[in-house]
Amino acid sequence: MPQTEKYLSKSKTIAARVLGDETIIMSTVDSTIFMLNPTGTAIWQAADGNTPLSRIIQEKVCAEFDVPIEQAEADAEDFIAELASHGVLVISEQPIPR
Amino acid sequence: MTVLMKPPSQAKGRDQDVVIEIGGIPIALETTDAGFLDILRGRYGDYMRLGGRSEFRFRVELVEPETFNPDDDATVWLEDGEWRLERGDFRARWSPETRQGLIHQAPNPYSIDSVLRITHTLLLAQAGGFLLHASSAVRNGKAYLFSGLSEAGKTTIARLAPPDVTLLTDEASYVRRYDDQYLAYGTPFAGELGEPGKNISAPIAGVYLLAKGPENSITKVEPAEATRRLLRNILFFAHDADLVNQVFESACAFVAAVPVYQLSFFPDARVWDLIG
Repeated sequence: MPQTEKYLSKSKTIAARVLGDETIIMSTVDSTIFMLNPTGTAIWQAADGNTPLSRIIQEKVCAEFDVPIEQAEADAEDFIAELASHGVLVISEQPIPR
Repeated sequence: MTVLMKPPSQAKGRDQDVVIEIGGIPIALETTDAGFLDILRGRYGDYMRLGGRSEFRFRVELVEPETFNPDDDATVWLEDGEWRLERGDFRARWSPETRQGLIHQAPNPYSIDSVLRITHTLLLAQAGGFLLHASSAVRNGKAYLFSGLSEAGKTTIARLAPPDVTLLTDEASYVRRYDDQYLAYGTPFAGELGEPGKNISAPIAGVYLLAKGPENSITKVEPAEATRRLLRNILFFAHDADLVNQVFESACAFVAAVPVYQLSFFPDARVWDLIG
């Protein structure tokens, strides 16, 4: 059975800035601060609501960071779940309109 | 140099006003209570004058406190265009539009100190500045900030300063932006040292994030990490999304303009050999 696709969008209740190859994010709801490493930054920058997660992993993670697909998928799932649990990232099974 | 906060034309001083000017922003306090005036004089010293120009005006009404613990968190929010500030020992409101407000507070220096700190954080946030948990000092015409939370060494660094160093504060550093330059101002906000800083300002040459260690060393902190650590130490109180955005942008802009280092130091006077 094919796995359901996921789409990612940045929350509107955050302030974020890419600095070098890292990203700093601050929740405007509770002022929690998050730091993303270069891999997380690549996923974050590609989270446009229209690009499926599988494509982000292939094109932005595996291709650029030389990571095996299985490991990249597992790490990415943990990563987006963590950000989503803090309201920083929105995950949907459908493309997310801006 | 651009002056970001111009005085409104109606804000002429009255003879009976007490004006407390911190960071170049004069705030007038109207009070007729002689005892409270003495409290202000003792607390603010060089930062206080009678009468003269002001940019903001508060009427102070003294009341008995409902509860009083200066370590309690204050609640700050924007309602109907006015900032509201509340803690057990004070209740205040002021309008950014009219630049006037009212303070109900207990007759003690801690309450007015908190109201002024919060007010300044709100004013600074709109102008790219901030109050930072940091001691700061001027050496050879340049200001250096030493930032950290409690027990990080802010007061220790201040105590170890040699005679050619002028202390601005051992607790809360006042940072204002003028175009692409940042200035640190002296503040009366004292920590364990218990003494107000000198009422002067100087361009900021660097920020040192403090860590105590077995020897003295300085390492550059990369921008993302510097911004994260700076944000942890910036004082802001309001649960307001626009304000959080402003503070975030201010921190990013500051780190782009001012070098940030980690200073691991052994607590003796030799640490100042590395500064300035």
